[in-house]
Amino acid sequence: MQAERPLRIVIAEDGVLLREGMVQLLERFGHEVSAAVGDGDALLAAVREHRPELVVADVRMPPDFTDEGLRAARVLQAEQPDLAVLVLSQYVEQTFAEELLESGEGGAGTGYLLKERVGDVGEFMDAVGRVADGITVVDPEVVRQLLARRRGPLERLTPREREVLALMAEGHSNAAIARRLVVTEAAVAKHIAGILHKLGLPADDPEVNRRVVAVLTYLRGEGSEEMRA
Amino acid sequence: MISRTVLEALGRAPLRFPLTAWPWRSLVYLLTGGGLAAAVYLTVAAMLAAPFGRVTGVLCSVLAIGFGAALSGPLERWRLGLVELDGPLPPRGRRTYGYGAVSVLAVAWADLAVALVSLGIPGILLLSPLQPTATSWEKVTGPIAGAMLLIVATYPIGAWAGVRGAVTRSVLAPKDGELREVVRSRARLVDAFETERRRIERDLHDGAQQRLVALNVRLGLATLDLPEGSVAAKEVGEAHALAKEALAELRELIRNVHPQVLSERGLHAAVRDIAGRSPIPVDLDIELPGRLPAAAETTAFFVTSEALTNAAKHSGAARCRVRTRVQEGVLHLEVTDNGVGGAEIKAGSGLTGLADRIAAADGRMFLSSPRGGPTRLRAEIPCRPSALSES
Repeated sequence: MQAERPLRIVIAEDGVLLREGMVQLLERFGHEVSAAVGDGDALLAAVREHRPELVVADVRMPPDFTDEGLRAARVLQAEQPDLAVLVLSQYVEQTFAEELLESGEGGAGTGYLLKERVGDVGEFMDAVGRVADGITVVDPEVVRQLLARRRGPLERLTPREREVLALMAEGHSNAAIARRLVVTEAAVAKHIAGILHKLGLPADDPEVNRRVVAVLTYLRGEGSEEMRA
Repeated sequence: MISRTVLEALGRAPLRFPLTAWPWRSLVYLLTGGGLAAAVYLTVAAMLAAPFGRVTGVLCSVLAIGFGAALSGPLERWRLGLVELDGPLPPRGRRTYGYGAVSVLAVAWADLAVALVSLGIPGILLLSPLQPTATSWEKVTGPIAGAMLLIVATYPIGAWAGVRGAVTRSVLAPKDGELREVVRSRARLVDAFETERRRIERDLHDGAQQRLVALNVRLGLATLDLPEGSVAAKEVGEAHALAKEALAELRELIRNVHPQVLSERGLHAAVRDIAGRSPIPVDLDIELPGRLPAAAETTAFFVTSEALTNAAKHSGAARCRVRTRVQEGVLHLEVTDNGVGGAEIKAGSGLTGLADRIAAADGRMFLSSPRGGPTRLRAEIPCRPSALSES
């Protein structure tokens, strides 16, 4: 079992069991785990020392157990703009997702996933690869929440189109969406064209990350909060 | 059982009363009040009689009366401790001095009179052997009658001191003391409840959830080693699915116990989060000056969450709106929906729970829900740091 592209990775996670599990998992897929640490400060030090391509960090770590992982990730991305960051959390929440998206606008990949996704080994490794490729990956739970409350144009989407939209928002390519839904890529392309037309978004962008950002921006901005521009 | 006041002592064991300390305490009580009044009177009389002119004399008298009155209020508070063992009264400013003035200028004379009459008659009888005109018969019976009357005198002295003390307490004690205590104890209960929920949330997060996540990863790893289609792969796959379900349920449970987003990101983020989960679209109009005290945030979050749940369950609304503002240390929260209205605050309903919760945070709730709608729920929650930490 080899990843398409072996990565140098630093892990930050305060739970020893999960940390060891993740190290095993990532090494199993041929990645190199340069360091596995348990708090935000150690993460900063490890990344400065090892210059990895990807950081996988828990949001909530010692000493304050709030959002040390996220803050460390921001500092690191400011220092190394090409550093990809995948943030893991026991729960997902929209404002986190938005802050991450904003901080990830520099071009490096950014991901925000529930910790329990690590157990879906195949999908997790897939997400790791996508984040390292510079793509924005947002947990299906966030997408589900964003989709759930929306009205207006979204209501006109067919169930299949909503499925496709969710997968687009999670950062999947057309080929990956086709595989998941067991349809042809041509059918996916047709669905996507239909979705973008109904939502009034510009025609499909072959660059997956720009597409994700466009879809998420749409979902975030649509009629949610009057006070927000 | 120990008597807390002189009146209680009188009522409980009247025959033992002269032997207790209460008559002495009562006597000191009456003489301190009466003594001050007499001192003021004598000073005034001396000033007016003194040979430094009318005007100066009157001025000095007024000063003496003012001084006596100023002294009398605090004295009243102190000497209440002689006839009532309950804690001292909190100072009450103007009321203390007003009552002190009335006391020293008028009522204290009654204190003095009761003491003098009650003790005077037995005193005269006790001293009858010293009277030059007394007959030998009077020299024997006089002291006996005096001693008996002295015992009887403890009753009017105790009774009058007790009544005076009760009047002082009713005038000077804070009126809403007990009510405020109830509200505070309720707030403490809500606080304790909330602290406990946070602890449970943390314990679940650091304990069961961590382990389940790790188990989930282990099971994921295990599936990699098992040949596809084997019985073992099927079994592990099922166990993996169960672990994932357990994780999802635990995540929901933790969110309901205490939403992490509230303690970590504040009210704004938490309200957006529940708005995102609401089946009815919710418009948010939220203005907050940063983080609020935790108790206010929790109450406001609870209100918003409950109001949105109610709207989704009963109102048939197509849209809700949550608006928050902070003005002069009060958080104004309004949740409106365009549903059918008719919401009532009934015993056992969620709205009663809301009202209780808001009241415990020292806030107020208003509900307007005419039949046909719309429903508007407004809450005002104090959110000055001091207003809430005081307990």
